[in-house]
Amino acid sequence: MIKVPTQQLNEIREHGVRDYPYECCGLLLGRFSEDGKIVRETYPISNAREESAKRNRFLITPEELMKGERYARSRDLEVVGFYHSHPDSPAVPSKYDLEHAWPTYSYIIVSTSPGEATDLFSWEQEADRSRFNEEKIECQ
Amino acid sequence: MSVTISIPAPLRQFAGGQSQIVVEAKTAGEALDSLTSTHSALRRHLYNDQNMLRNFVNVYLNDEDIRHASGPDTPVKDGDTIMIVPSIAGGAVVESEVGQELPELSNEEIMRYSRHLIMPEVGMQGQRKLKASSVLMIGTGGLGAPVGMYLAAAGVGRIGIVDFDVVEESNLQRQIIHGTKDLGRRKIESARDRLRDINPHIEIETHESRLTSHNAMQLFKNYDIIVDGTDNFPTRYLVNDACVLSGKPNVYGSIFRFEGQASVFWAEKGACYRCLYPEPPPPGLVPSCAEGGVLGVLPGIVGAIQANETIKIILGAEDVLINRLLLFDAWTMKFREFKLRKDPKCPVCGENATVKKLIDYEEFCGMAAHQAPAPDTKLEEITATELNARRLRGDALQIIDVREPHEFEIARLPGTKLIPLGHVVGRMNEINQDVETIVHCKGGVRSAKAIAALKRAGFQGRLINLKGGITAWSEDVDPRVPKY
Repeated sequence: MIKVPTQQLNEIREHGVRDYPYECCGLLLGRFSEDGKIVRETYPISNAREESAKRNRFLITPEELMKGERYARSRDLEVVGFYHSHPDSPAVPSKYDLEHAWPTYSYIIVSTSPGEATDLFSWEQEADRSRFNEEKIECQ
Repeated sequence: MSVTISIPAPLRQFAGGQSQIVVEAKTAGEALDSLTSTHSALRRHLYNDQNMLRNFVNVYLNDEDIRHASGPDTPVKDGDTIMIVPSIAGGAVVESEVGQELPELSNEEIMRYSRHLIMPEVGMQGQRKLKASSVLMIGTGGLGAPVGMYLAAAGVGRIGIVDFDVVEESNLQRQIIHGTKDLGRRKIESARDRLRDINPHIEIETHESRLTSHNAMQLFKNYDIIVDGTDNFPTRYLVNDACVLSGKPNVYGSIFRFEGQASVFWAEKGACYRCLYPEPPPPGLVPSCAEGGVLGVLPGIVGAIQANETIKIILGAEDVLINRLLLFDAWTMKFREFKLRKDPKCPVCGENATVKKLIDYEEFCGMAAHQAPAPDTKLEEITATELNARRLRGDALQIIDVREPHEFEIARLPGTKLIPLGHVVGRMNEINQDVETIVHCKGGVRSAKAIAALKRAGFQGRLINLKGGITAWSEDVDPRVPKY
């Protein structure tokens, strides 16, 4: 389970709408705890892929992730997951997503269309990498 | 050496909850092997089925990505730290993209490609990528021959070939995709048969046409990668611009005499051909292979480099010839390399590109001619048949051959005087100004230049160019004169 405050959920949706028709992406900063994860802040990241590929791939470079991690540490937080948008596509992970993920992290996907963000789900990879399981989002 | 590995938070559950683990190792690869042999559940999150680091997993040795050092072989020192950092990629499933299912290989194909499959850099995954890929070759000449043959042999699933020529005797010295039995056949048919013979598991698509501004975008649309094996500037600029506009990589090669060039022009990732050569040379300044000659094995070497880079692009290799121009001299046997840079002012791939659609490339490459010496006097010409008739009538004529002595050795017209183009002005006094002068070369280009040079130098006599040169003479008058 991941707890996300309404404000952060809205930030993710707004980022997705702003970057439409391209994919947006960012980090989820918070803490790992006994009963799941809790998000405290979002950390939007510019999509590092070339213009033509932005529409269907997003990429956070390791340098950006390390920068985000440093920032998180300064706020006494950790990177607990990532979010990205699927423009004009369902908010479910693709096979490509599965190959490029690790367990434990939360992967929030928001489906976007012109001017609005529709579905938003969080996904967690099975420990054997075989699939993604939907993760319950508790809105706070 | 004692090395500390930081375990990223999400993977700590696979490492007994530890955030740092100290291992003994000589290289970064050994350190990771040691880590994953103790904590075997970690391995699948770092390595894929081919035992290669997953492409989103980055390993930093003291803040330097080991991919920029010697990879897993990067040596480590006592007290070094290793960080494992993912790059986060993903996205919606889009047709014809990386996420798509790759085709399976049959048992026959597995046997055929076994030398590829046993290398982790290719492996099953890479071979399936090759099978899923498509490449369009422009031309099936000297460069296209090795390109097509090696790509077919490597198992590129779909190969398109564009050519409109027929196989001629003078092609066979270098265009090894065609054979003596193919003389007079259409090149695309001869090439298709050869490629099919090399590998019956692939698809070959033939396009019998000249590549033009009208058909290029439509043709390129259906292929992943374009390989330029053309021998002229208009088509080279056309291929470049169409690749930039359609976002495809252009695997470039060119050859002349003993020298070759190769590069990969891919505007999304680096320089394009126009960043390197914004303007075409004035027409006629750079001779073609037909005029200047080419060592037969040279296109074999340059074309093989093009095939190599094409395969690397398909496999997703890192060190492709992007932003690098490779120069090769077969006579001195030297390779040199130049760094290329994307030109921000490039008219086709720059920030404020002005070329948004394909233009008339014949015109583009001919324009510079108008700025060159204005040909105010019209060039007078004669055909081989007319010249023969005049000779037989006994007209007073002198014939000047402006080719090189070694060409004169191969074939000559009767009763001619040899003055190579480079000496024609200096030896002008050897030409009688009171008699009509016919000037000839192999095909009529150099002789036209000689006439222009003589006129500029003040030659007063009448100068007439033999249209089509000695080649036309052989075709229309006397087939005993060999063509070369």
